[in-house]
Amino acid sequence: MTDPLLSVSDLRTYFHDGEVVARAVDGVSFDVAEGETVAVVGESGSGKSVTALSILRLIRPPGRIETASSIRFQGRELLQLSDGEMRTIRGNRIAMIFQEPMSALNPVLTVGEQIAEVVRVHTDASRHDAWERAVEMLALTGISAPRERASEYPHQLSGGMRQRVMIAMALVLKPALLIADEPTTALDVTIQAQILELLQRLQEQLGMAVLLITHDLGVVAEVADRVVVMYGGEVVERATMTELFEAPQHPYTEGLMSAMPRLDRDAERLVTIPGVVPPSTAWPSGCRFRDRCSYAWDRCATEHPPLYPVGDEHESRCHLAVEPLRRSESHTPLTVRVGADS
Amino acid sequence: MVRHAGIASGVIAVIVVVALLAPWVAPYDPIAQPDIIGLKNLAPSFSHPFGTDSFSRDVLSRCIYGARISLSVAALATAIAITLGTLYGAIAGYVGGAVDAVLMRIVDAALSIPRVLLLIAILALWNGLPLWLLIVVLGATGWFGLSRMVRAQVLSMRELDFVAAARALGASGPRILFRHILPNVLPTIIVAATLGVGHVIILEAGLSYLGLGVQPPSASWGSIIQDGADQIGAAWWISLFPGLLIVTTAIACNALGDALRAAFDPRENAVTMAELDS
Amino acid sequence: MELAGRRSVVGTVVSRLLQAIIVVAIVTTIVFVLIHIAPGDPFTSAMDNPNVTEAMRARWRAMYGLDQPLLEQYVRYLSNVARGNFGWSFSMHRPVIDVLKDALPNTLLLAGTALVLGFAGGIGLAVIQATRPGSRTDRTLGAGSMFFYAMPDFWLALMMMLIFAYWLPWFPVAGAVDPVMHEYMGPLAALADRLKHLALPAITLALLSGAAVARYQRAELLRVLPDDFVRTARAKGLSERRVMWVHVLRNALIPTISLLGLSLPVLFTGAVFIERVFAWPGMGWVILNGVATRDYPLVTAGVIVAAATVTLGSLGADLLYSVADPRIRGR
Repeated sequence: MTDPLLSVSDLRTYFHDGEVVARAVDGVSFDVAEGETVAVVGESGSGKSVTALSILRLIRPPGRIETASSIRFQGRELLQLSDGEMRTIRGNRIAMIFQEPMSALNPVLTVGEQIAEVVRVHTDASRHDAWERAVEMLALTGISAPRERASEYPHQLSGGMRQRVMIAMALVLKPALLIADEPTTALDVTIQAQILELLQRLQEQLGMAVLLITHDLGVVAEVADRVVVMYGGEVVERATMTELFEAPQHPYTEGLMSAMPRLDRDAERLVTIPGVVPPSTAWPSGCRFRDRCSYAWDRCATEHPPLYPVGDEHESRCHLAVEPLRRSESHTPLTVRVGADS
Repeated sequence: MVRHAGIASGVIAVIVVVALLAPWVAPYDPIAQPDIIGLKNLAPSFSHPFGTDSFSRDVLSRCIYGARISLSVAALATAIAITLGTLYGAIAGYVGGAVDAVLMRIVDAALSIPRVLLLIAILALWNGLPLWLLIVVLGATGWFGLSRMVRAQVLSMRELDFVAAARALGASGPRILFRHILPNVLPTIIVAATLGVGHVIILEAGLSYLGLGVQPPSASWGSIIQDGADQIGAAWWISLFPGLLIVTTAIACNALGDALRAAFDPRENAVTMAELDS
Repeated sequence: MELAGRRSVVGTVVSRLLQAIIVVAIVTTIVFVLIHIAPGDPFTSAMDNPNVTEAMRARWRAMYGLDQPLLEQYVRYLSNVARGNFGWSFSMHRPVIDVLKDALPNTLLLAGTALVLGFAGGIGLAVIQATRPGSRTDRTLGAGSMFFYAMPDFWLALMMMLIFAYWLPWFPVAGAVDPVMHEYMGPLAALADRLKHLALPAITLALLSGAAVARYQRAELLRVLPDDFVRTARAKGLSERRVMWVHVLRNALIPTISLLGLSLPVLFTGAVFIERVFAWPGMGWVILNGVATRDYPLVTAGVIVAAATVTLGSLGADLLYSVADPRIRGR
């Protein structure tokens, strides 16, 4: 079997503030193969965005990637690279797009300049050639009149167009991996669908892998090959997309699924998982989800669950995997609270 | 920041105490001219740590007495400026509308006149103002920037719930202004006062250096610098030491002002020249 | 600024120009009021000469219209100022406008040089500081700018003179050119002579404004640093230096342009003192000479022209601001 494109193993990213340590990412492992789409799913505070930034080594002090962590990309250990070597990877072999396309673009540079800059920094293309590639790339993302748009500033574009610009900027050098951090969250629903389609089309054209960071299982269902569910800085469930949707194993995943808005439900009544993610400075002992879990029993408070294999390419960090009978015991079927609105 | 504020207040306290105790701390009479030939322009030594000036006066003693003038002029002028600026800004912000527009245009115009030039014109035309009038003039030309800040805050606060509630309960305009709004503007005023004192010390020194500020026989730090300015190459100590005192005091005031500002509002930590020059 | 975005640049220019004219008119009015509430009139003090008889003074007063009703005097004063007629300088024995015409370029040269040096240096230092905030370099430079920021202009000028003209005789003590030799120099030597005389006053003024710029710019840079687009720039694989100088600085510079306008009065003020210390024959030097000789027409005209210059400069900075920020610049 060939090496995966990206292999994250035992990634720990901690934020140090004096004596207090926030363990935002706490031992995360997963792989991304060439050309596939892996989704990392979780609520805010689950550590999914920090994981994404860690892969590009964009964690700023007081954040730090701890020493035992490993991120291998195309056979190279990224955490061993010098800053200069790492820069040749960023924006070139691994690119990233962000949630808020307005604030993620520099307001005082034209979008063409911002795209061409990537080309200029990583290749020895001339100023003119870089600009031409920027225009081409804008055209590829479906922006009409790309030559005119290239000379405009971000504030002159609509939200959807800005995200297309972000995508053009990320893909202009045909990276092997694109990390997309909530790429559609800030957009209107109709625009969301267009952007997802665009990403899929470009992924096929350019043959890149995508690591999609999202809280939205609806998005996952549309594009992902495999899914990593994160909670409390850890991976709590890992499966192929179909497997996960057909047979979710972790109670947290179940909760996320029931929280998905569905057509057959009154859209006004959103279901949410009760409680919030605990602070990363004080993860609970045992299972980190137990306070919000309706199955929780005494074992969950004392024993931190490992990732149990629960099927083919399917793992779950829940003791239910070894005590399946507890699932059928009488309990309120996952206490989901039905709220009037979100 | 807290450490800086501590050092700064310590420095200010020491200078104020020394100024208050001047007759007991100063080694010599600041205006005595013991030997205008033999003790003239002596370089710093053990008996005259800051040297002597061209009239054989002890520069250290003059600096200690000068602190009284420099500090009190700055403190009183700032008090006048703070009062005027707060009232003006509060009225503009509270009344609003056309009154506000007119009042603020006036401030805009005032802010575009270089303050020192205006002061030079006034002091030149009146030629040798008594000290109390100098203080009034310094205060009367120093409130424009503060009035703009106070006005902006009052304006934003006017519509807040607790003000609306007070109004609904039938409180009168002045009462709302003084009881409910101004206490909330206090941090801005305190910061402006701290920074203002440091600024006026420098300003007064400049005017006294030009011979337009404090008139002899009174002497501020600026006047002492002026005493030595014409012979800077020969007797540098006369101008050096009072200048160092001005810098020290001004730094202490700025540091304290910055620290207070940071404590009141962590977002705002830049001091702009415009705020200080007005 | 919100409004400016919707208006065209031409509209902004016109409205700001009108504002500038109003400001200068207000300044002129203030000066007029000051002259008239001040004790005496220009002739009681400026003509203390015992040979001048009371009859001559009365004739002069009539000649200058000082016996007319106040309102009439005010209107005439305004219209005279508008036409650049500032009267006669008693101390220089020339029309005031000619005196100022000679002095203004010198001040502009001094202040302009200092402005460029101060802003370039201050911004450079701020970038160095903001690249590693809290580091030893940052703290040292911060202490340095705080030191110069709290310094009286004239005192720094005296100290610079003491160190670089007396102790280390690298620069001439005073003046704009060598008083004796300048006339006999060839063009190159004359230029060198000018630069040598300009250096100390300009560096002094630049240190003062640079300190303020560095403090302001550092705070602006630190305000921009946490923005999302900075992270994007890093994600693009840019070097930290390029992130700082291109992406962060371009954004943080925009508010500094408005500081440019606001700093002009400070710069002008600084120039007054520094010109005095270094005997630099600019506006400040002329005004202060007028003060010393009680030449009121010269002093008041100097104040008005200085205020007008500063107002025009601020106008320029405002326009620059609206051009520099694409979010404000009209489409």
